[in-house]
Amino acid sequence: MSGFNKIVSSYDEAMAGLTDNMTVIAGGFGLCGIPEGLIAQIKKMQTKQLTFVSNNCGVDDFGLGILLQGKQIKKMISSYVGENAEFERQYLSGELEVELTPQGTLAEKIRAGGAGIPAFYTATGYGTPVAEGKEVKEFNGRKYILEEAITGDFAIVRAWKSDRMGNLVYRDTAMNFNPEAATAGKITVVEVEEIVENGELKPTEIHTPGIYVNRVIQATFEKRIERLTLAKEG
Amino acid sequence: MSLNREQIAMRVAQELKDGDYVNLGIGIPTLVASFVPKDIEVMLQSENGLLGMGPYPTKENVDADMINAGKETVTAITGASIFSSSQSFAMIRGGHVDFTVLGAFEVDQNGNIASYMIPRKLVKGMGGAMDLVAGAKNIIVTMTHANKHGHSKLLSKCTLPLTGVDCINKVVTDLAVIEIKDGAFHLLERAPGVSVEEIIEKTDGKLIVPDDVPEMKID
Repeated sequence: MSGFNKIVSSYDEAMAGLTDNMTVIAGGFGLCGIPEGLIAQIKKMQTKQLTFVSNNCGVDDFGLGILLQGKQIKKMISSYVGENAEFERQYLSGELEVELTPQGTLAEKIRAGGAGIPAFYTATGYGTPVAEGKEVKEFNGRKYILEEAITGDFAIVRAWKSDRMGNLVYRDTAMNFNPEAATAGKITVVEVEEIVENGELKPTEIHTPGIYVNRVIQATFEKRIERLTLAKEG
Repeated sequence: MSLNREQIAMRVAQELKDGDYVNLGIGIPTLVASFVPKDIEVMLQSENGLLGMGPYPTKENVDADMINAGKETVTAITGASIFSSSQSFAMIRGGHVDFTVLGAFEVDQNGNIASYMIPRKLVKGMGGAMDLVAGAKNIIVTMTHANKHGHSKLLSKCTLPLTGVDCINKVVTDLAVIEIKDGAFHLLERAPGVSVEEIIEKTDGKLIVPDDVPEMKID
């Protein structure tokens, strides 16, 4: 059984092996469903020249934004960025490289990477700056561009629950990119709100099977809200 | 009088059909949700992974794990489902979303749209817009007819980098409802009190004007 026990007890153990110049795929959409503690650990490790594959880049003092302060990120592969001033400064001064990728193409690139599919054709981005330098092919009278898959040296993921074997369940829209990210890391590290005993999760309710997961750590999350919007009273 | 943001949203809402799965972009498109006709039901898709988006939560019901594509806190309606990003975009790219409404900087007479990038300014990214315009069956653009300098946003050819090609069917502006087909803009309706001449003057691309252009019906 111990061969399937994915639980680690420290952040040092969780991110062991991360070195300069690696590619890290991070789950999360905005500040929702981000692996807060794993990002903080990367900041603590001061690993440099990292490429991050993540839909967004956090804000100045939260999420991946905190890695910008120490210039730990060399390149971002994202669909929407610039919610923070330091990002803007580093991008405009050329210190930070950005590869803008349509959100669905980004999700599919990661999904394909995890599923052993090296590339796929999509209509998204045809005829736009995204298509520059990419192969175009026509199927049934419509034009598609060839997009290549993404894999990471590490994937960092946030889930709601994990059992000791790394079977994962996500919570509400904190799911977002996390299931895709989990499949596409050579080493997939998951931060969870709750670790449950094996057998507590029904086999049919598991979102990510443990085969994709290498390490699981339990955490408490701040869960910062980016845009609090409330129903009008009355 | 030209329409305000709410009135543009009201006019767009008249295009919705009972049983439509709908994705609304940020800005005016978001307002469309407030004007869905009472006698029909639609399901709102939010591309971060929610089908069946409900209203904003009360203070007691706020949950950081429940947000929409604009990163706003939201709720889910009965019958909603929540899924991963690749599943969300499989719905969009696979043509399963019936109706998409989004904003734009420019639209041209061939149905091309530019909405995500102004060169030499900070480029924030396209988010899901390129997937939406490539995938949805019916796409409506909402925008003002002209920019704040008075220049038309309905052009013979877009000048800004494109979000998608040959994909926009209809544009609802503060002045008019315009259909795009056969390489031209076709004037369908005008805002109450707005003259056909003003629309012609503020449209740069090829505009086909029928003899009778009815006024929009805005309640």
